[in-house]
Amino acid sequence: MGDLTRLTAAETAAAVASGETSAVEVARAHLDRIAAVDDRVHAFLHVDADGALAAAAAVDDARAAGRALSPLAGVPLALKDVLTQTGVPTTCGSRILEGWRPPYDATVTARLKAAGVVILGKTNMDEFAMGSSTEHSAYGPTHNPWDLDRIPGGSGGGSAAAVAAFEAPLAIGTDTGGSIRQPAAVTGTVGVKPTYGGVSRYGLVALASSLDQAGPCSRTVLDAALLHAVIGGHDPMDSTSLDVPVPDVVAAARRADVRGLRIGVVRELGGEGYQAGVRQRFDEAVELLTGLGAEVVEVSAPHFPYALAAYYLILPSECSSNLAKFDGVRFGLRVGEDVGDPSIEQVMGRTRAAGFGAEATRRIMLGTYALSAGYYDAYYGQAQKVRTLIQRDFAAAFEQADVLISPTAPTTAFRLGEKLDDPLAMYLNDVATIPANLAGTPGMSLPVGLAPEDGLPVGMQIMAPAMADDRLYNVGAALEAALLDTWGRPILEGAPAL
Amino acid sequence: MSTRTNDAVLPYDEVVARFDPVLGLEVHVELGTATKMFCGCPTEFGAPPNTQVCPVCLGLPGSLPAVNEVAVESAIRIGLALNCSIAEWCRFARKNYFYPDMPKNFQTSQYDEPIAFDGWLDVDVETDEGMRTFRVGIERAHMEEDTGKTSHQGGATGRIHGADYSLVDYNRAGIPLIEIVTKPVEGTGKYAPQVAKAYVASLREILRGLGVSDVKMEQGSLRCDANVSLRPSPDAPLGTRTETKNVNSLRSIERAVRYEMTRQAAILDAGGRVTQETRHWHEDTGITTSGREKSDAEDYRYFPEPDLVPIAPSREWVERLRASLPENPHVHRARLQAGWGISDFDMASVVNAGAVEVVEATIAAGADQAAARKWWLGELLRIANERGAELEDLPITPVEVARVEALVADGALNDKLARQVIEGVLAGEGDPDQVVAARGLAVVSDDGPLLAAIDDALGAQPDVAEKIRGGKVAAAGAIVGAVMKATRGQADAARVRELLLERLGVSDQA
Ligand SMILES: [Zn+2]
Repeated sequence: MGDLTRLTAAETAAAVASGETSAVEVARAHLDRIAAVDDRVHAFLHVDADGALAAAAAVDDARAAGRALSPLAGVPLALKDVLTQTGVPTTCGSRILEGWRPPYDATVTARLKAAGVVILGKTNMDEFAMGSSTEHSAYGPTHNPWDLDRIPGGSGGGSAAAVAAFEAPLAIGTDTGGSIRQPAAVTGTVGVKPTYGGVSRYGLVALASSLDQAGPCSRTVLDAALLHAVIGGHDPMDSTSLDVPVPDVVAAARRADVRGLRIGVVRELGGEGYQAGVRQRFDEAVELLTGLGAEVVEVSAPHFPYALAAYYLILPSECSSNLAKFDGVRFGLRVGEDVGDPSIEQVMGRTRAAGFGAEATRRIMLGTYALSAGYYDAYYGQAQKVRTLIQRDFAAAFEQADVLISPTAPTTAFRLGEKLDDPLAMYLNDVATIPANLAGTPGMSLPVGLAPEDGLPVGMQIMAPAMADDRLYNVGAALEAALLDTWGRPILEGAPAL
Repeated sequence: MSTRTNDAVLPYDEVVARFDPVLGLEVHVELGTATKMFCGCPTEFGAPPNTQVCPVCLGLPGSLPAVNEVAVESAIRIGLALNCSIAEWCRFARKNYFYPDMPKNFQTSQYDEPIAFDGWLDVDVETDEGMRTFRVGIERAHMEEDTGKTSHQGGATGRIHGADYSLVDYNRAGIPLIEIVTKPVEGTGKYAPQVAKAYVASLREILRGLGVSDVKMEQGSLRCDANVSLRPSPDAPLGTRTETKNVNSLRSIERAVRYEMTRQAAILDAGGRVTQETRHWHEDTGITTSGREKSDAEDYRYFPEPDLVPIAPSREWVERLRASLPENPHVHRARLQAGWGISDFDMASVVNAGAVEVVEATIAAGADQAAARKWWLGELLRIANERGAELEDLPITPVEVARVEALVADGALNDKLARQVIEGVLAGEGDPDQVVAARGLAVVSDDGPLLAAIDDALGAQPDVAEKIRGGKVAAAGAIVGAVMKATRGQADAARVRELLLERLGVSDQA
């Protein structure tokens, strides 16, 4: 076979199942690719070559023994370093968890293992998933494979970059305000935030419990669907997990038919503040959808402009509480116990001061303040009301349209360091993705071309009602096929060689 | 922080003459569920440290809670038994504060949406005018998780200050707790300490009857914090309160409340102000000492727990649980009292001693009610008090007490021997029959050895023998005593007396 790293996940699984190649060969090819390019991309924080080869060998053994293989058996995957994997370092991009090896598998990890997916290692991220550029990782930034001087998006920049750089055909990301979709948009890959509760959060180190959701990263819509099917579904270990059947996302990705579908363009997510090339490619994609037989309408979501403000109250509030457990008492970093004769509180304080980076500290302080007595109603309480209004906006919009669309991010990938000193500018990257997190609804980003002015990927976001994730895949796959016809090759084939 | 231990106190009579006490009682009950509140770890007491833990109750990154349904059911049943309304919809909340024995540095609790609220409990207290029922209002009963246990090693005090290092055992972390909070208890006057004790005793009875907890105060499965404040009169605004912790026996509750009243009264009497603070009860010295100062402004940054979904108990479920509640202890006690045919006063003694269940069980095992009360409220209560233990925690069962009483009734034991048998049982020497056999304790019922002992005694005290022959039957006691001594108490004193008088040809009617 040719270059095994260039195959899609579906192709890889088929080649392993047919015996055309082995899972071990596939794993080796990807480990070689990582060894060749990751010193420049820095998508991985930890590569588990031994674990990957052992998992691959187990798949090959199962095949040799004539056992049925699951649809992604033998396919390599990069796991965001915010999900636990037994015995494998899990840092969440933070110094405070340096050296911690969890004693248990996240439910997502366990399901991947059970499906014969080969986990290559853990990917880089903004510290505790706070950021839109992966520059807030304590272990240095990830670089965008399209231009190594640019950011790969965040917080899941490592997962998106690994997929874009052909280091893995699949990755797991987590999306609290756009951390799967925005990196997908700026790296020319596909990323899906499933319905809140659609994928178990057990073992996902929480940033904001009511917003976090793990989901697939890939190079094709079908691959994302295959991965979604493996990780989705009810989990009694996560009380917020939905006890309903997962929509048949794989069938939807294969259907790829938008005829008669009503597609709503969200008026508030576009226009001013969006890069010209982003708007151009988005508008072209809308025309393509019309050409495919969809009925495109404009819908309004009048409260979406308040989403960012509400998000930056809810997220820090939950995060300030979720990150309280990192205190040096039971796991991870412990600082300053030998200096002077410190009290337990002093050691906790020193550990947290040394272990958390600037953005984590900023959000912990914001959240602590927002939850304080006397401020709770004005901040957290108000933000929850906005959240309700945004949910109503979605409900009203889905009366008029089956899915909603917008650009995923206002701009293409910006330069490393460009927005590092301007948190508000950084926060604006997620302006279009945050509403879905606040409403708990699913969203997908897929590439719709390169912006003419900078030659960098542009993403379109598709949003659907809760538990209608299948619509994302249907629409996404239809558009993907039409775009492929237009381009003549997958978008990533046009990326510069690393 | 004050380290005073010798606070001034005012005599109790003076306190109640000049001040009106208001109580608030917070009781934490560890539920007897097989598993913890939010994970599947076992809850057994006394396991080696940190052996009953998992990612969830250790608060490891990524772990999530899942509610124990049995705990919710227990909470609802407790709420119903305390005449509370049951919330149609409620949530857990996070109570945020840093402490090493709290794995997540927040406690998953309930805040403004408790599962049960607005109930009451009637308690009986013996007053100068006879038995009186006080109604204690229940503010709320809510669910939460217990913390781990920190022990401070080294240093002189066992307290955190001055310790060399601290160890934390997380076995207790995550054990389901129900916190039951009273409304301000007013109008008790001088009976405040007794009302506090009777409330906890009644609550314990109810909880035991529900089978939701083993309610062992000394093991910490029932813990009481007593809030006490004083005001000049019932019309005056509430005074500053203190919260006394570490009150872990029924007796201590009464003593601690009384002590706080006398201590606070002395401060107010001297024109001072009571400090709002946590105080620690010391069982040995019978006083409270200052803990940390506590202000109402302590900010726990409560917010709804986003990792759990709301609890919405269906009305059908609640009604099913209501229908299956056991008899209310108050009603139960009235029924027992009628059955035993005893006075209010006698019944109150049984209740106040915490002896209702053991007396009832002893009667069920065959003892008559007077004898059952006599043993539990006499000898056994004395021993329990000596040991600072509760009656039911003594290592003797109602069945064993009933057996001792049966041996007495048969004449196989006398009172003195019976006490020795009880002592043997309590010492772990076996059941009553085994103790009797092992110690060779039996009433000497054969007249032969008794007559021989009587002759010996008469021979030794001829002057006494003369007096008895002369009609001074009262003098017989000296001879009977000598015989009892000679037989090491194993004789039946009544029989000895009978034989003695017969021997001397004297009638008992003299
Ligand atoms: Zn546990």
